[in-house]
Amino acid sequence: MADASVTTVEGAVEHHAHEHHGPQGILKYIWSTDHKIIAMQYLFTGLFMGLVGGLMAYVFRMQLAFPGISVPGFGVVSPHEYNALVTNHGSIMIFWVAMPVLIAAFGNFLIPLMVGADDMVFPKINRLSYQVFFVSAVLILASLFVEGGGFGGAWTAYPPLSAQGDYNLSSLGATLWLIAVALEFIAFLLGGINFITTMMNSRAPGMKAYDIPLVCWMIVIASILFMLSVGPLIAGAIMLLFDQTIGTGFFDPARGGDPILWQHLFWFFGHPEVYVVLLPALGITIDIVATFSRKKVFGYKIMLYTVVATGVLSFFVWAHHQFIAGIDPRMANVFMVTTLLISVPIAELCFVVIATLYGGSITLNTPMLWALAFMAEFLLGGVTGIFLGATGADIYLHDTYFVLAHFHYTFFPIAIIGTFAALTYWFPKMFGRMMNDTLGKIHFWGTIIPFNFIFIPLFVLGLGGQHRRIYDFQNFPELAAMQPFRVFATMSLIVMLLFQLVFFYNFIQSLRKGPKAERNPWKANTLEWTTESPPPHGNWPPDQLPRVYRGPYEYAHPDREEDYWPQNLPA
Amino acid sequence: MGLVALQGCSGDSYPQSAMHPSSDFATRLDDLFDQIFWWAVGVFVVVEAVLIYVIVRFRERPGGPRPQEIHGHVLMEIGWTLAPALILVAIAIPTIQTIFVVDRPPTDENALVVEAIGRQWWWEFRYPELGIVTANEAHIPVGRTIDLRLRSADVLHSFWVPKLGGKRDLVPGRENQLWFTADSAGVYWGQCAEYCGTAHAWMGMRVIADEPADFEAWVASEGADAVALTQPAERAGQAVFMSNACVSCHRIQGTAAVGVFGPDLTHFGSRLTLGAGVLENTEANLIRWIDSTQHVKPGNLMPEVQLSDQQVAQLAAYLRALR
Repeated sequence: MADASVTTVEGAVEHHAHEHHGPQGILKYIWSTDHKIIAMQYLFTGLFMGLVGGLMAYVFRMQLAFPGISVPGFGVVSPHEYNALVTNHGSIMIFWVAMPVLIAAFGNFLIPLMVGADDMVFPKINRLSYQVFFVSAVLILASLFVEGGGFGGAWTAYPPLSAQGDYNLSSLGATLWLIAVALEFIAFLLGGINFITTMMNSRAPGMKAYDIPLVCWMIVIASILFMLSVGPLIAGAIMLLFDQTIGTGFFDPARGGDPILWQHLFWFFGHPEVYVVLLPALGITIDIVATFSRKKVFGYKIMLYTVVATGVLSFFVWAHHQFIAGIDPRMANVFMVTTLLISVPIAELCFVVIATLYGGSITLNTPMLWALAFMAEFLLGGVTGIFLGATGADIYLHDTYFVLAHFHYTFFPIAIIGTFAALTYWFPKMFGRMMNDTLGKIHFWGTIIPFNFIFIPLFVLGLGGQHRRIYDFQNFPELAAMQPFRVFATMSLIVMLLFQLVFFYNFIQSLRKGPKAERNPWKANTLEWTTESPPPHGNWPPDQLPRVYRGPYEYAHPDREEDYWPQNLPA
Repeated sequence: MGLVALQGCSGDSYPQSAMHPSSDFATRLDDLFDQIFWWAVGVFVVVEAVLIYVIVRFRERPGGPRPQEIHGHVLMEIGWTLAPALILVAIAIPTIQTIFVVDRPPTDENALVVEAIGRQWWWEFRYPELGIVTANEAHIPVGRTIDLRLRSADVLHSFWVPKLGGKRDLVPGRENQLWFTADSAGVYWGQCAEYCGTAHAWMGMRVIADEPADFEAWVASEGADAVALTQPAERAGQAVFMSNACVSCHRIQGTAAVGVFGPDLTHFGSRLTLGAGVLENTEANLIRWIDSTQHVKPGNLMPEVQLSDQQVAQLAAYLRALR
């Protein structure tokens, strides 16, 4: 704890320096090193990219439902454009939406506030992280408009297709895509350093390891998973970049390389990456569930150890993406067992949430609805994953819409439901005003119902033999008969996108005219609720940094009349 | 749910569906799928029901009881760890059995070796023991094990004929294998399942399972040189073919055309489809294909050769005569 106090003093010094010499006016929002401003930068960039990714989905779903029509707002979709759209939709939604919003925006906003620090340990590295991320976002968007069009080699970028312009018809787009992805990784390595060190070193006096809110733990564990897994893929990305641009042959069998090597490097990162985005969303869910069921989280330590176990296991499942690539059946079975094994801790996490709800006093307001929907929907994603983990069944489900529907049932709850849960829950703290709960609920149902109507038909299509990355199923007379399912999914998507207008309206109206938020509108225990809404620069007045006396989830404690017991209140 | 509804659908409306297997390979997978399906439905229904029950039962009520702290429950925790673990064991055992059965090299010494070579964006099939090279449509005998050797000439592809076998990737620089035995005669739909570029959407194939006698007849005709031409239009078409770029990519056995970049056309006229399963093989479709191939199958590697309408008609007559 000695370390923590030293950091705090240094932070306070810098805090003063800022007030006198820091950037002013609009520059304050661009050059700031304040973790809250950087969180906003990540949040709004991520939401903007989410809008881009969503509109991409609108364009290619229109093409699938009504092949060959001129899509309103876009025009006729050529096969190459279709491929570029699905490729970039996937890349953007994972790397430029789920990661910046869940890890970077909420990690930045919450970690210092929840552990009682005045800022990140390395504020300038934090600023650099966003700047690198911003450049990567500009590059990925620019890659869509270069000669030859955007990269259309699928978000997994399997060589040889991704390595040669002759094969994928977009040399420049492919190169920009790769550079953008590599820069994005670097941005998150920089960000991760701060999350880990801040949580480890800058905690308020009295805050022991098991007093840290689970959402902080989850973001930090996710950052560690990311740091350990991304190295091989950054190396792989550079190798692929060399294959593309200077004619090396790391992945080209004609020059002694092996295309399967890329698949190993990609999925060694790619599978832990699922947990990198899952864990923050799960942490957000748990914090919200505890607050609105007025119950202590059932088994804080079980939860924490389970998550660590999941993280470790996630490094040993990657080859389940390669069951049909011709790997040895003995190896396939090893990866199948690890893959099935990882559903045990995930099931456990689900039961812990249910046990937390059990016997509680549940308030179904907007953030709580999102948190509960996360569990309800993610469950279907988890259960359908078992089909794909079981090698035998995977052989015929692989590369069909069943896979697509499965991972949208995991990623949508993570990236979209998790984001809305966090945003509606911490909105009062971030912006100092309350959101309209009725509009929030309209938006909730208007998103959740169409979401299921989009993806349940896709499970059916996958089982009917519909395979992925096909821009026009009329080419396959045997699949054309299932057109009503495609039209229904597309219509549901449009309804869902339209309901996002309710959110934007609510967001902007609440920012301008929402009732002022008090410090602790949800009567929650964690430290961020003990400061003003929104928190000032430095989070608390320098001489009033909080001290911690208990764990973060002491709701309805028998020794106390009030049903919550903030972490910073002396006994 | 819809999954159940689909399982009930007839095979005729969904010829692509893997739910109606027609080979030993596909039957094994389907059996395994059915087992996992019921476990998954069970787990989903039970957990979702508990979740919803808890949410409804413990909704905040005015004057309701204050939540009680629960200090863990050892038996329950052991129970909910063991339950998923046991279900997963129940799933893992048949899965491991299945994977060893479908990946075991065939014991049948009479197995027919067929090489499938993926190319952007069509399939080449070779029968090394029979001296046959053909494209996009493979004939196989019912009841005899097919020993499929999978290779790629360019990027990754994946062989998938849902009712018979696959998927299994075609990887450049490697040879993957796949074995299956068709149990009934028929035309089976299939296509490339691994994304392979612009015209991936058009990389279809047909596998035609014949009764053994029919298969022998096909081997006899397919192995022979191109047939002798009888009509003047066909001969004119042949002249067009031989004097244009066609010859540099296509092979017609017994003629001067020996190209290797495009599909072998020696017995094109006997095929059911053209353009890798894209269009039914009719005269009108063939003319459309030659005339505006980039409209029919955007991105495919066949250039649009400048020919008069008459030349196109003659070419079509020639190719359709190649039975």
